[in-house]
Amino acid sequence: MVDNLEQDQEIDLEEERVLDAIAAELPGISRDVHQLIPVLQKIQHIHGYLPLGSIGMVAAHFGIPGAKVFGVATFYNQFRFNPPGRHPIKVCLGTACHVKGGEIILENFTRRLGIEEGETTKDREYSLERVACVGCCALAPVVVVGEKIESYVTPSKVEGVITEIEIQNEIAEREKAKDEQQSDSE
Amino acid sequence: MSKDVMVTLTVDGLEISVPRGTKLLKACLDNGIYIPSLCYLDGMDHPPASCRLCLVEIEGRPGPLPSCSQTVEDGMVVHTETDEVRLLQKTAFRLLVSTNDGKCRLCMANKHCEMQKIAKFLHMPLRTKKLRHIPKDMPEVIEEHPCIVYEPNKCVLCGRCVYICSQQNYDFALDFAKRGFNTTISFFGSREEGVGDYCRNCRACVDICPVGALNLKDERDAFLQNLQAKISA
Repeated sequence: MVDNLEQDQEIDLEEERVLDAIAAELPGISRDVHQLIPVLQKIQHIHGYLPLGSIGMVAAHFGIPGAKVFGVATFYNQFRFNPPGRHPIKVCLGTACHVKGGEIILENFTRRLGIEEGETTKDREYSLERVACVGCCALAPVVVVGEKIESYVTPSKVEGVITEIEIQNEIAEREKAKDEQQSDSE
Repeated sequence: MSKDVMVTLTVDGLEISVPRGTKLLKACLDNGIYIPSLCYLDGMDHPPASCRLCLVEIEGRPGPLPSCSQTVEDGMVVHTETDEVRLLQKTAFRLLVSTNDGKCRLCMANKHCEMQKIAKFLHMPLRTKKLRHIPKDMPEVIEEHPCIVYEPNKCVLCGRCVYICSQQNYDFALDFAKRGFNTTISFFGSREEGVGDYCRNCRACVDICPVGALNLKDERDAFLQNLQAKISA
């Protein structure tokens, strides 16, 4: 419970930092409404996502209603409203992957991680999104985890992918603890 | 009035005179010729022409055209009841009601709903059998706005509320969000200070909604309570 609270506060603080950075950047940009999409793209390029708070700021900058900016941002798939996780998971739903049951794989991930498509887990470990074709249809259904392509994905492999990441995290943590112990004893 | 300002045209054999520059749909409606429509509002410079219900045939022009975006011309001969027009209108209507939840009796707009009126006019049922019924994957009510409740499953996305809200000269405005089947009306920014009070007095979107998808929260609560009492009685 306490852990969760700390996590929430940390996330709030981080979002605040992002919003402050955007607020500092905005005044230097043209107020021409045609710059709306480039500005949204720039924010996403720098911070990895569009915090909902930034929509109102952008709207105020251009002097248009917030709903208009929100409408534009939600119309295009390229914009995301959640920060990317440390392990972004992209489930391919292109034609070949769709035929081979990509939807089932996506559902497996949503159930396993407890998040919907386009969302990020609370601990910022995973984010889930659907993509249309990653260009290796012969390996369908395909999932891209970080930079790594997982081929012929099955529900059991979904479990495997997550377990692998969890194990790696654990190893990293243990080594970190060991290092700290060593440096302490020295 | 001189001939320069008025235009005379024939609609379904009836000769009518309207001011130059009038949209054909408005000309017909003003002269008692009913053409179903959802997205057109008087005063629109560029009607969205998206509901595809106000189609008419104009002699000398290819195919049926949306009358809301046609400007009247002298000597125009218009037919509003041809088979082709009706066929297209019925198809458009079918697509519109394919997401209908069919709970008319529980709806605030029952008996003065534009969709009911059009259904009667086209002799169409409000739940189509020809197309698959696909309810929208959205909550029944969205209470994001401080005083307006939105029911996406009733909404036909005509855009009347979006237009009328943009004409109000106020900081907050409704707009569409998302796209395709997930398109919805967004209330982004409605939690800002003062929006609730302004909207409660304005209620332009509530009054313009053809299907009762937008309602004031207080009025809807009272209606539902009333309904409950009636059902239990």
